Amino acid sequence: MAEPLLQLKKICKSFPGVKALDEVDFSIQEGEVVGLLGENGAGKSTLVKIISGVYMPDSGDMVWHGNKFTIKSIMDAQERGITIIFQELNNCPNLSALENLFLGREIRSKTGVVDFRAMKKKAQEIFSYLDVQIPLTTPVGKLSVALQQMVEIGKALLTKAKLIIMDEPTSSLTEKETRKLFQIIKELKAKNIAVIFISHKLEEVFEVTDRIVVLRDGKRVGELETSSATRDSLVSLMVGREIQSFFSSRNKSAGTEVLLKVEDFSGPPNVRGVNFELHEGEILGLAGLIGAGRTELALLMFGAEQKTSGRIFLRGREIHVHSPWQAIGHGIAYLSEDRKTKSLILPMMVRENITMSIHSTLSGFLGILNMKKEREIADSFVRLLEIKTSGLDQVVNNLSGGNQQKVVVAKWLATRPSILILDEPTRGIDVHAKAEIHKLITDLADKGTSIILISSELPEIVALSDRVLVMHEGRVCKVLDKAEISQENIMGAVFAG
Amino acid sequence: MAQEQKSLIARFFSYRESAIFLALILLMIAVTVFAPNFISGSNLYLVSRQISFVAIVGFGELFVILTGGIDLSVGSIMGLSGVISALAMAGQEPIWFSVLLGLITGIACGLLNGVLISYVRIAPFIVTLGMQSFARGVILIITKGWPVTNIPKPFLAVGQGDFLALPIPLWMTIFLGLIAHFVLSRTTFGRRTYAIGGNEQATFLSGINVKKIKVFLYMISGFMAAVVGIVLVARFNSAQADTGSGWELDAIAAAVIGGTSLSGGSGSILGVIIGAAIMGVIRNGLVLMRVSAYWQTAVIGIIIVLAAVLDRIKNK
Repeated sequence: MAEPLLQLKKICKSFPGVKALDEVDFSIQEGEVVGLLGENGAGKSTLVKIISGVYMPDSGDMVWHGNKFTIKSIMDAQERGITIIFQELNNCPNLSALENLFLGREIRSKTGVVDFRAMKKKAQEIFSYLDVQIPLTTPVGKLSVALQQMVEIGKALLTKAKLIIMDEPTSSLTEKETRKLFQIIKELKAKNIAVIFISHKLEEVFEVTDRIVVLRDGKRVGELETSSATRDSLVSLMVGREIQSFFSSRNKSAGTEVLLKVEDFSGPPNVRGVNFELHEGEILGLAGLIGAGRTELALLMFGAEQKTSGRIFLRGREIHVHSPWQAIGHGIAYLSEDRKTKSLILPMMVRENITMSIHSTLSGFLGILNMKKEREIADSFVRLLEIKTSGLDQVVNNLSGGNQQKVVVAKWLATRPSILILDEPTRGIDVHAKAEIHKLITDLADKGTSIILISSELPEIVALSDRVLVMHEGRVCKVLDKAEISQENIMGAVFAG
Repeated sequence: MAQEQKSLIARFFSYRESAIFLALILLMIAVTVFAPNFISGSNLYLVSRQISFVAIVGFGELFVILTGGIDLSVGSIMGLSGVISALAMAGQEPIWFSVLLGLITGIACGLLNGVLISYVRIAPFIVTLGMQSFARGVILIITKGWPVTNIPKPFLAVGQGDFLALPIPLWMTIFLGLIAHFVLSRTTFGRRTYAIGGNEQATFLSGINVKKIKVFLYMISGFMAAVVGIVLVARFNSAQADTGSGWELDAIAAAVIGGTSLSGGSGSILGVIIGAAIMGVIRNGLVLMRVSAYWQTAVIGIIIVLAAVLDRIKNK
């Protein structure tokens, strides 16, 4: 076997209260695509952050082309030829694709002025190599996530990267965009560029990688050639035990009584004339492409955005919802799709986050908080949802993604909602936490909570929903009953519009 | 025993304010070495009174900064509240009524700030910069630049008198500080204030009326400024047109030196008190050491930046 491009030996890294990596070995050859798998909190992000210079390891050696080396910063890593493309793309959204591409390494003419013509030529070369059409002068913030990713990949090519790390690159891509990305990964491979690919979607890992490394609790627990790996073997490596089924099934069927009725709902930016009914104890799936208006509809129902027309009836009586606090007062809860920017107060404690929406039940005269009651409630949810935290006073920023998501779920369950809108409740969390959240959703529905489930993962929608609304360009274009629900029917409706 | 001591020290350093508190103690020792009369009772009495004024304005500023806002108008609000109270008193209105009028003035200025920031959605920097100039202008229009005098004798005790050998403004600082600390750490309002600074959008989506809370925060800031403005009337036996000029910077500096993050989400009342004390001790120390007054401003500038550097190193 040839000398590896990069080799890590016994890498250790600790954070306050957590051993994130424990003597991890890792290696990658030139032109190899290695999948990095593991539950959230397994140490994948920490490992790639060490490789790309974001963190320094506490101990262990790093070898590049047979030479020991250390990396002190992202710049340092880039100069060596290591580029990381973060899940939350780190670009300057107000600058153009061209400016982002050359950020920090602008081509200058003899007089020292930025040479836009030369940069443009080079950019066109790179993008035509990648076979993508990117408007060079539009601010990248206005481009789709997929195109923004292409700009990042272009940047990696520009710096002559030998190793590109992609951290969940497909999490907000459409099917078609994902295809395109895989095509490009193959081309990078042909150029002898190595790729570390992190994803929670096993199908993708199977399709695109040569080899798979599995981490669990900061340790390397397995390494498999992709050709010999199976879904079950990977999952059991990741969770440390066999998982019986990915999806929990319902014990009860949905009630027939109409709990919520939405009539002719319209509002910014693109929701137009939506009608539907939600039954008691029903899980109503909301399917559609990104931008179909699902999240937007949820925000209107929750009062976070103001509708321009439409009415809501709860148990047959019209209610007026103009703000989230009114919605919560009516028993409507909305778990937003982005836990870091829209759900959690990251610098605050687990208990403070869990009780964020129930201050009124915790406080009496003059709004004085009952700390004892707060601890009891927070503690009961930490137990119920098996949130892994060093204590109720732990800052949520220090928790893993799956546990952070559980804190958000706890926050909303604490409000005792009768209607729970879940927007991508399992995005970016590991299989184990995912299974737990699926189980929770079905349990809640069994107990009579009505759930609106927005998800871009079709298997999730198919397995959990009692009925599915398919949205397209701000309208409900199809309603599927239990018997009709299948991935094929949903996709058919999505693309038929 | 040794272990217990160790854990005490460890616990001391677990507080965010510990490093800055230690700095204050060292500073006081250093000043005492170079100017032994620093530690005399009469000097400490004067210093503590001066610190009190800055600390109280700093309390209000802290509330606002915790949410990532800023209030540049506190100095002018001090001045305006003082002038309104003084005019009422000079016009033979009862003292309680005059004080109330001054406090309402401060709260009203804060209300206006808050409404413009929350509901018209103008940046806090701009709104309060405008208020700073506007309130100062109103003072000049009312007084034409002349001091307001004829302050009733009994009222002067508020600024000049003492209780149990400590100046009354110091008692006010302790009283208001305890209340503010309680509000921030034990009430829903305080919890929500920190939450807004930590993540405003998530706070809103958690069902909290962020706009309303922000309005209250600026009202608190206006109130605290008014308290100090009114007490200063008693202190100087008159209301001057330029009272409070530049105080917004002292208030912000007290908060920053005390470890408050300008981006919001972290900071404490205790930090503000220590921050105000550090500035007060330095100013006083330089005077005692007969250093030119011009140096004071420069040194305070260095301290502000140094405090931020210290905080960064500690949290690394």
